[in-house]
Amino acid sequence: MSYKIYEINEDLIDVMPQEIRDLQFRATWNNPKRGVMDLPYSKELIEEHSLCAGCPESMALRYILASLPAPEDTIIINSTGCTSLVFPHIALHTVHSLFGNQNAVASGIKRVLEWRFPDKVKDVVVLAGDGATVDIGLDCTLQSFFRQEKITTICFDNEVYANTGGQESGLTVKGHVFKMAPKGKQWDKVPFWQIAIDSGCHYVARLSVSSPKRVETVIKKAIYVAREVGPTYVHLYTPCILEIGLNSDDGLDEMRQRDKERFAFFEYVSEPAKEVIERKKEEGLL
Amino acid sequence: MQTILEALTYNRAGQRVVSPDYLLFEAPRTKHFMTGSEAVKETGKKASVDASVSYPITPQSEAAHLIGELWVEGYVGVYFRGESEFGVMSEIAGCAMAGARTITTTSGPGTLRAFENFPMWAGTRIPVQLVLMARGVNSPLSIQPDNLEVGFLLDTGCMIWYAENAQDLFNMILAGFMVAEQPDVHVPVITVVDGFFVSHTREAIMLPPDDIALPPYNPYKAPMPVIDAEVPPGRFLRDPFVMKSNYISYATHASWQWEVRSAIERSRPYAKHYLRGLIEEFGDPTAELVFVACGTAAAQAKEAVRLLEEEGIKARVVKLKTIRPFPIEELKQAVKDAKYIFVPEFNVVGWLEREVRRYLYGVSEAEIIGAPRVAGGMTMPAEVIVKEVLKLTGKEVKHVL
Repeated sequence: MSYKIYEINEDLIDVMPQEIRDLQFRATWNNPKRGVMDLPYSKELIEEHSLCAGCPESMALRYILASLPAPEDTIIINSTGCTSLVFPHIALHTVHSLFGNQNAVASGIKRVLEWRFPDKVKDVVVLAGDGATVDIGLDCTLQSFFRQEKITTICFDNEVYANTGGQESGLTVKGHVFKMAPKGKQWDKVPFWQIAIDSGCHYVARLSVSSPKRVETVIKKAIYVAREVGPTYVHLYTPCILEIGLNSDDGLDEMRQRDKERFAFFEYVSEPAKEVIERKKEEGLL
Repeated sequence: MQTILEALTYNRAGQRVVSPDYLLFEAPRTKHFMTGSEAVKETGKKASVDASVSYPITPQSEAAHLIGELWVEGYVGVYFRGESEFGVMSEIAGCAMAGARTITTTSGPGTLRAFENFPMWAGTRIPVQLVLMARGVNSPLSIQPDNLEVGFLLDTGCMIWYAENAQDLFNMILAGFMVAEQPDVHVPVITVVDGFFVSHTREAIMLPPDDIALPPYNPYKAPMPVIDAEVPPGRFLRDPFVMKSNYISYATHASWQWEVRSAIERSRPYAKHYLRGLIEEFGDPTAELVFVACGTAAAQAKEAVRLLEEEGIKARVVKLKTIRPFPIEELKQAVKDAKYIFVPEFNVVGWLEREVRRYLYGVSEAEIIGAPRVAGGMTMPAEVIVKEVLKLTGKEVKHVL
């Protein structure tokens, strides 16, 4: 529809909580040029996240929500894990369904919205952790890529099951000691960005969230390509500072260090995706 | 004809929209000869279905193929094959959340593969319709009829209806959409038939014409906001109860589970109307020997009543059309003068017997006998039912088994 669904009945404005009024008057709607540079000046679409102090995943969520080109027409699909602590705080349409079925739910929603609203653009964005995306949800994630679903999948990779207390995941680095891997992980970190390319994603990026502006560009490219071409995948390093024994103010340094090694910026763009990205650049939207 | 909607509107497939009552009870019907799976297709053609997701498993595959044909023919908006039943039931949930009238089908191990989704459907308050063609779930592998899986589904928060034959199934699926989509109900409905016995058996069925259909689903009447960014989202800001460890959160989750069960209770008057009662009675109303059954077991019990008549024994059948909600008052009334209640079933555990005992406890003096029970693909010839009765009366069995 439009940002009008966020407008409060004027008779009720006085009694509505401040954060709801702010959503109407100070959030950035109907402006595809919105981005992370608005963060200090506008109402964010996430209210008082409930993650740990200094959690890089909370930074990622704030940058992503600030970068959505059309938040008023965006559906967010979450999964279980630390992200499920956040979805109730997001002002948009969000769904939490089960652990690992996020890309399946997103596929159903996207297809029905395309059919119900053939003349409108409705972006469907999946936000889930590494356990949800690559372990328990691997089947649904990959199959949505194979089927060329026009959805954007964003994986918050903290290399561990954090919400359940720090267990090894498929994206844990070989040798790292976590619960359920008391001798250290016995096998390699799954290179899921590469698997996403091989499985049919048209835009794939791997990065940490150390640079807000770079996160914005990647998210916008991923969403624009998903709208027109097919599945896109963004792999973000959002370290769990709690589980790797860092302090609240250490997250950024940790990411900057990994930027030089296993999370060095990597981007893949298919031929049809290149055309979309070039066009969006010409339109001044990237 | 007066019940046709005043303004003749058309659905997306170009069919004339008529009232559910007209389609179910008044429209002229013609006789066809088809399987239960084909009856599912006929329902899809008349139900203004928006979306369906499929996955192969015997014996439901044919019904799922035929819904695919409806998609090609333009009767269904969205259709595809999912990756597994777990994926399919999640995909169909997404379709329903986005505002679609949805139907899907599964059987046996597929039901169990999908299981985590069913309480999720109920808690999400989506009126998905699952046509379940029951089949064995045991190991070693079997694809044969057996309805053990229905016993597992009873407390998922979904309505469970049970159709006896293809005609029942056709009517029930149409009624299922109408009941499940009531704003004060709005929970999923699982419409069960026995695999093969109904899915693969050809029988006479009366169908209304193809150019009329149910009114389309209106997602804006749903009790939860439809996930389409056309309506304000549910607001959970400040202190959301999700994943929180405090008593407000516990109380909210507990009351929501009660509310889902209450929604099933609120379906009773609608189901009574569209199904013409939650039970069907067959046979001599004065008989003190009663078979309480559903599905194919009810059909076979009706045959047994005829055979027993020849033996000079009066018997009758109380067929349960709904298991959730359970027709408690109807059953109590129907068996108030019963002396013997037999519960014939197609599974080894006797889940229906347990239900019958639970609701008749302290109410009926009748002896409740959980027999006969067949499973693993066995059929239930009427003679087997008769034999159980004759065992009780001490009579010799005349019929050859």
